[in-house]
Amino acid sequence: MTPATLNPRLQEIVDDFNAMAGKERLQLLLEFSQDLPPLPDRYAEDRGLLEPVPECQSPLFLAVEVEPDATVHLFFEAPPEAPTTRGFASILHAGLDGLAADEVLATPGEFTSQLGLQDLVSPLRLRGMAAMLARIKRQIRDQRG
Amino acid sequence: MASEGEVKTVALPYDSAAKFQEYAHPEMIVSTEWLAEHLDDPGLVVAESDEDVLLYETGHIPGAVKLDWHTELNDAVTRDYVDGPGFAALMSEKGISRDTTLVLYGDRNNWWAAYALWVCSLFGHPDVRLLDGGRAKWIAEGRELSTSEPKRPQADYPVIDRDDQQIRAFAGQVLAHLGQPMIDVRSPGEYTGELLHMPDYPQEGALRGGHIPGARNVPWARAAEQDATFRTRAELEAIYHGEAGLSPDDDVVVYCRIGERSSHTWFVLQHLLGYPHVRNYDGSWTEWGNSVRVPITRGQNP
Repeated sequence: MTPATLNPRLQEIVDDFNAMAGKERLQLLLEFSQDLPPLPDRYAEDRGLLEPVPECQSPLFLAVEVEPDATVHLFFEAPPEAPTTRGFASILHAGLDGLAADEVLATPGEFTSQLGLQDLVSPLRLRGMAAMLARIKRQIRDQRG
Repeated sequence: MASEGEVKTVALPYDSAAKFQEYAHPEMIVSTEWLAEHLDDPGLVVAESDEDVLLYETGHIPGAVKLDWHTELNDAVTRDYVDGPGFAALMSEKGISRDTTLVLYGDRNNWWAAYALWVCSLFGHPDVRLLDGGRAKWIAEGRELSTSEPKRPQADYPVIDRDDQQIRAFAGQVLAHLGQPMIDVRSPGEYTGELLHMPDYPQEGALRGGHIPGARNVPWARAAEQDATFRTRAELEAIYHGEAGLSPDDDVVVYCRIGERSSHTWFVLQHLLGYPHVRNYDGSWTEWGNSVRVPITRGQNP
């Protein structure tokens, strides 16, 4: 099996996490959670446009926009009392927002296991991030018909 | 109960709030008012136990230590809890002695705090209490939060053998218990088995859906008010005696998915309603729903 390649931005995030010891990784995840951009008004005012991600345990909603030139934009909402979920959403935002649709679709689903968080975060949580990615990809495919 | 060689600290008083005096074991629970008043008392350690592994870092009760269910209370390899030496090391590192008054609180109606309390009870920690209303109530009341990591001196917690006989049940014991009172505290959808059939959703790690035959469904959070505090004794009796048909002398097994939500119900039955024989089946549905040839019931009937 050839190791799946990540886009450079996501690879840098993975490298950052792996360069740190356990407790510092959680701190980095906390910083990501604080950097999650707020939802634009058009989504905040019409929540029906958001897709719920029930796999995350904590309430998480996302929206995906694919521009005519295939640039992907991602939007997430998760409450402040769910910092881990916010952190995961923020990693996906930092690693994928603004990329071309094909680049997002090429992101291997198992990249979540490369962050070195397995022993720090419960497996269900990591599966929540994988579910976000799967739903992002499905929305991209749906929107491109 | 202090072990030899430890400095004996004066036990903290119990919370005399009227609501708690109705409960069978009022010494197991404290209010936010009580905690705010006693926060600096020697002999007290407050520990936060959350579902979200980062929530403590966003701000916690001043001086509270973090107790993580996944990385600290579980054994890293075997599906089990830490053993006696492991628990002693963990408590010592947190600055908790055998005679410490340990107050636990957390997110989600104290779901994980109750789980931590149950694990501490496997080791018979003499004085462990839950903060009524947990993290949500403390914050809702505008009380102080801190992001600084408390520096507690290392304690010397003795190695205590874990007692799995009194409040913990294993699958074989649950099989032998069929026909006797059992409470499934999961959501109605998990209880009936329908949740396993939602398309495209990773499930909770079980191959089969449904519940253990005979178990009645009382979702755990029914024991909590909107503000995350426990319901009054009369309200709890209406739910567990009136609706679920339990009586205090019953031998009861409670379960959920991995034994965390059911720790909350275990606490209610054992300490608030005073049932002497309540065991938490921590293997719960992730074990039962994957076991070969165990009986399963689907649908709404027990």
